[in-house]
Amino acid sequence: MSELVGPAALELTVRAALILVSLLCVLCSYRVIAGPTNPDRVVALDAIATNVVAIAVLFAIQTDRGLFITVSLVLAIIGFIATVAVAKFVIEGEVI
Amino acid sequence: MIRTAVIIALIVVGCFFLTVGTVGLLRLPNVYNRMHATSKPTTLGTAAIFLAGFVYFGPGNEGLTSLIGIVFLFLTVPTGAHMIARSAERIGVPFLGSVTWPDASVLANDQRDRDERRSADDSDE
Repeated sequence: MSELVGPAALELTVRAALILVSLLCVLCSYRVIAGPTNPDRVVALDAIATNVVAIAVLFAIQTDRGLFITVSLVLAIIGFIATVAVAKFVIEGEVI
Repeated sequence: MIRTAVIIALIVVGCFFLTVGTVGLLRLPNVYNRMHATSKPTTLGTAAIFLAGFVYFGPGNEGLTSLIGIVFLFLTVPTGAHMIARSAERIGVPFLGSVTWPDASVLANDQRDRDERRSADDSDE
């Protein structure tokens, strides 16, 4: 059992999770391109932003560098601001 | 050893929820349904992966940043989803079946606000 759950297993899991979440980003981009309305695209971009936050955390675990946790936090902030700005843009036609 | 097992379990749970969110985004029929499907599961999945980061880095170092990330996600993702749904309703994306936006009085108030804003814009020009 102790050989089953070791650093090698963690490495494998994190690598598989990185590949899976990257694939999910690619799948979300189908909704960004196809559509049908603009709010659909905004929703899909929001999902991609959340996935990228998860990728940053997984990368921090894989490389053992805690700096990337901070990077993920900044990405989350930028994603939220982008979502709010595009939502306002869709209604009003201009943001500022 | 237990710590590694906990990290692996949290990452697996997070990947599961992210997959559920993406499947919902691709397969549900309407903007509002898709927004519902992405906002909740992706929040849960990313929170689980943040928790894995907290367990990995420990409470002293970058783990605290992970906890702040969880709080931030739980505050901002529902706010963003609400704003997208509101803008979709404002630009007239149709509902599915017999669904109505919260109730008829709110719709009437929104319509009145829009009319007032339009008349104000007209008087500006």
